[in-house]
Order: sequence, then C-alpha cells, then structure tokens
Amino acid sequence: MKLYLKYLSIHVRSSMQYKVSFALLTLGQFMVSFTALLGLWFMMNRFHTVAGFALPEVLIGFSVVLTAFSIAETVARAFDVFPVIISNGEFDRMMMRPRGLIFQVLAAKMEFSRMGRLVQAAAMLAYAIPASGIVWTPDKILTLVLMIVCGAVVFGCLFLIYAAITFFTIEGLEFMNVLTDGGREFGRYPFAIYGREVLKFLTYVVPLALFQYYPLLYLIGRETGKFYMFLPLVSLLFVFPAYGFWRIGLRNYKSTGS
Amino acid sequence: MIELQGICKTFRVAKRKSGFRRAVKALVSREIETVHALSDVSFTVKDGEMIGYIGPNGAGKSTTIKIMCGILTPDSGNCVIDGRTPWKERTAHVRHIGVVFGQRSQLWWDVPVCDSFDLIRDIYRVEETAYRQTLEELTELLNLAEILKTPTRSLSLGQRMRCEIAASLLHRPNMLFLDEPTIGLDAVSKIAVRQFIKRLNKEQGTTVILTTHDMQDIEALTERILLIGKGRILLDGSLDELRRRASVQKTLVVEYSGAPPALSAGMTLAESREGRMVITLNPAVCPASEAIARIAAQTDIVDVSVSGISAEEMVAALYQEYEI
Repeated sequence: MKLYLKYLSIHVRSSMQYKVSFALLTLGQFMVSFTALLGLWFMMNRFHTVAGFALPEVLIGFSVVLTAFSIAETVARAFDVFPVIISNGEFDRMMMRPRGLIFQVLAAKMEFSRMGRLVQAAAMLAYAIPASGIVWTPDKILTLVLMIVCGAVVFGCLFLIYAAITFFTIEGLEFMNVLTDGGREFGRYPFAIYGREVLKFLTYVVPLALFQYYPLLYLIGRETGKFYMFLPLVSLLFVFPAYGFWRIGLRNYKSTGS
Repeated sequence: MIELQGICKTFRVAKRKSGFRRAVKALVSREIETVHALSDVSFTVKDGEMIGYIGPNGAGKSTTIKIMCGILTPDSGNCVIDGRTPWKERTAHVRHIGVVFGQRSQLWWDVPVCDSFDLIRDIYRVEETAYRQTLEELTELLNLAEILKTPTRSLSLGQRMRCEIAASLLHRPNMLFLDEPTIGLDAVSKIAVRQFIKRLNKEQGTTVILTTHDMQDIEALTERILLIGKGRILLDGSLDELRRRASVQKTLVVEYSGAPPALSAGMTLAESREGRMVITLNPAVCPASEAIARIAAQTDIVDVSVSGISAEEMVAALYQEYEI
C-alpha cells in the first residue's frame, strides 16, 4: 500500500508537468459528468415506473452500478490500456520487478481525471438515497455498502479478464465491452427487465445481478430474507475464475519486439 | 551460475499478406506459421564471467535473454540460474538480476531521474543506508551528479543510458543482462559505458551477459563469445579462437620509397598506390615476417603494419559460413 502511494505521487508529479493538459482533461470530465446528470433529469421527467420499479428505486440500482463501475475504473484503469502496456514493452519491465504483476499494472496508470465520473456517481447516489423513500436501517446501509464494494470487485475482475485476453489476441476485444461498459449501461435498470435468460446469465456466469438486482429487492422491501442481503458476497467468487484466466494468459505471454 | 539445457521455444505467428482482399480473407481463415525461435539451446555460464552473446537480427538473442529474465516460458528444456528456475520463481529470481534493454527505458519519463531511483529502491525494498552508498558509488563512477535532478525526457541518449545502467544496479544484482547497451551512443559515451561494465565485472565480480551488434563492444569486453543463429548455438569460444577459425588471412600494409617490390607466393595485391601497397597474406604459405623480409630486400620500407581481420569482418564471415 505504501508503495502504491509512492507510485501515486510519481503520477501526480508527472501529470503536473503538463498543467494545461491536466486542467483541460479535468474540465472535460466535468462536462461529461454534467451532461450525464442532465440525461438523468430528462429521464426522470418522462417515466415514472419501469417494470414495476418506481423511479427512485431504479435510481438506487443505477447509482450503485455506476459507483461500483467508477471505483473499479479509477483503480483498475490500467487494464483498459493493457494492450498498450504490452506492446510498448512496459509489461516486460514489470516482469523483471520483484513485485506482484497485478499490483504493478494497477499502479502503472492512474487517471485522475477519471475521478470526474466517480463524483457524478456519488452525486447521483446522494440524490437517490433520500429520494428512494427507503428507511435506512443499519442492515440496509450494510447492504448498500456490500453492493457497491462487491460490484467494484466484479467490475475489476471483468477488467482483469479483458486484460488477460490480450495475452492471446489483441483482436476482437470489443466484445468484452458488452460486459464492462455494457454492464454499466444496462445496469440503469434492474436486470430482471431484460428477461429470465439474461438474468440467469448475470447470476451464474457473470454475477452482475448478484450485487444489483437481488439486494435491490431487499433494499426496497420486496424480499425480506437476509439471504438477499448477503448475495453480493457470493459474487466475490468471480475472483477465482478471473484470476485463473489471468494466470493461464500469463503463461501464454509472448512479449514483443527485440 | 547459469545453466541452460535443451531450451526450445516456438511462436505461432499469424501470416498476413498485404492487400485489402487478402486482409478480408484473413478475417475468415488465417494461416498460422510456427516459428522456431530457439531449438535446443544449452550453455553454462560461471559466476563472474563476461559473455558476449552475438548473432544476426532475429537469431534468438532476445528470446534467450527474456527466458533468463523469467519473462517467457520455454516450451521445453531447463534453465537454472543460481538454483532457481526464472519463470517459476519469478519474484525471487529477479531480485538478484539487473537488466538493461538499450532500446527501452525503465525510468519514469516525466520525473527527475532521482525520483525514478527512489521508486526503484522501494520496489526492490533496498535498505536506506545500503541504497545511499550504492547510489553514491554509481553517481561517481557513471558521472551522474549533474543529471540526477533532470527529468528523463530531457536527457541525451548517452546520459540516459548511464542512468539506465545505474537504475539496474541499485539493488546490487550479482548478474547483469545487457541488451545492446551501446546502441546509438557517441564514441565518448560508448567508451564510458564499456569502461564501467568492465570495472563492474572485475571489481564486483558481477556476471555479465551482453548482446550487441557492435563488435568493438565484444573486443573491448568479453573473453567468451556465444554465437547464435536460427535459434541454435553455433559456436562457443574465445574471440581469438573464433578469429583463427573464421579466417587465417592477414593484411599487410607497406609504405616504401623506391621501386615497387615484386610479390611472391602467398601474397595477393589488394590495393596499390605510389609508395603504398596493401597486401593480403596467407600465413600458411608466407608468414608475415618472411613477407616483410622479402619486401625489405627489394625496396626501402618507410612504414609497415600487419593486421588480422577485424572482429566485424570475422563475424560477417562467420554468418556467411553458417548461412545465417
């Protein structure tokens, strides 16, 4: 952790070398966040319920997914640019350092301007929490925290898988975006509205629904079993296949150039 | 101690042909070609040795280095370095080696060199007093004092290379892999780098493995040479041995005043000008001493020099001999 902060300070000092660029990027991110909030406002004006969920309830689900995604993106941003890290030889260098590879990849790229999205997600959450009409008892607060934390881990795993595919091919990576960016976009609505098959897929294969749909039912009082409250923890099992896939990819690593 | 035994490595490469039509075709079916980067590579390097690893582009030099660094996993074969298998015990292994890739930087581009060094210290968990001492030594030997506070991107290539070498030695490795450390450097920087490497090997007993295309590096530094071509080790021996093997020809340059001398058996005229002759000798027929004596008997010699072929020519001859 201390080393991570050291890396962080190097990145801060690096981006301070380009002050104008840094300022413009942050401004740009702010604008993006701003338009997203506008979109939300229009959505609220038009619709009042989606598949039996009241809008404030949908908002809770959406803001959880968005917050989880933004946390994962801020921390695990480097996996997004992993093909670049491989092709410019940076990954070779990481393998010559006596530290964990995933740690080094995470520390290699930090994009502070991405925080903009995080701020937007937090703002939305701050709006949705009181607006949802949920009585926030300690168990519901815990559920919400679990949803966000486990959601961030699942998205992080998806980024890791995305990176691991790079070991085999750098083509056709786009389909992974269906799960990452797509997960964020589809996560606007409780996953059940996409039908039973999709819900099954998102429960047993890529456990996005485990931290969004089921605990949401508990939050809004549709289900009262404590079982639903702890389902986000089950989604953490996704770490194992993701890490296993990464290991297999690593053994297949070919390196580049001379 | 480095031991490689029967290392094989193949890469599968998708063949691409140029042209739009073929590119579209490649979407549907691709021809996969298997490239044998290394086939049955074995050698042993003792502690404190300095090895020149040479071969033409694409011969497998970098692949070997990458296997020894733990970056690549070979298809078959064994590699044990100081009792460890690089790709199995990566973190334990890399703690004891230093690597410099001449074409790639390990320094953080936008921050001063000393900040990069500090981060490397933390990555390797080097103890502070030991680090201070090492850094002081390296600063003095590589003449870094003035450039430590400069951001890497503003350094000249020669300055940067000195910093790269220092960066790879901060954790005091007992083994150093250098992949083309003098590429693109000017004469002064090259000599500085060579002198430092030589000294490191002599005084610290650091094992050095050097790949290069610059034969002067090899002449100045290494006693032992490994020649690799098409993924196989072709020769393993000293520079002199290789030279004897590659060719026995010698070149004799004579400057004289008076009548041009006549040549006898074993001498071939390569170049002739008023008062100067370049003669290629076959020492088996006519040793250099005899050749000089014969010429001296016919004319007044002003100056004379005898030279074997240069390392550069020797290697070119070897490449030709092995058709690599």
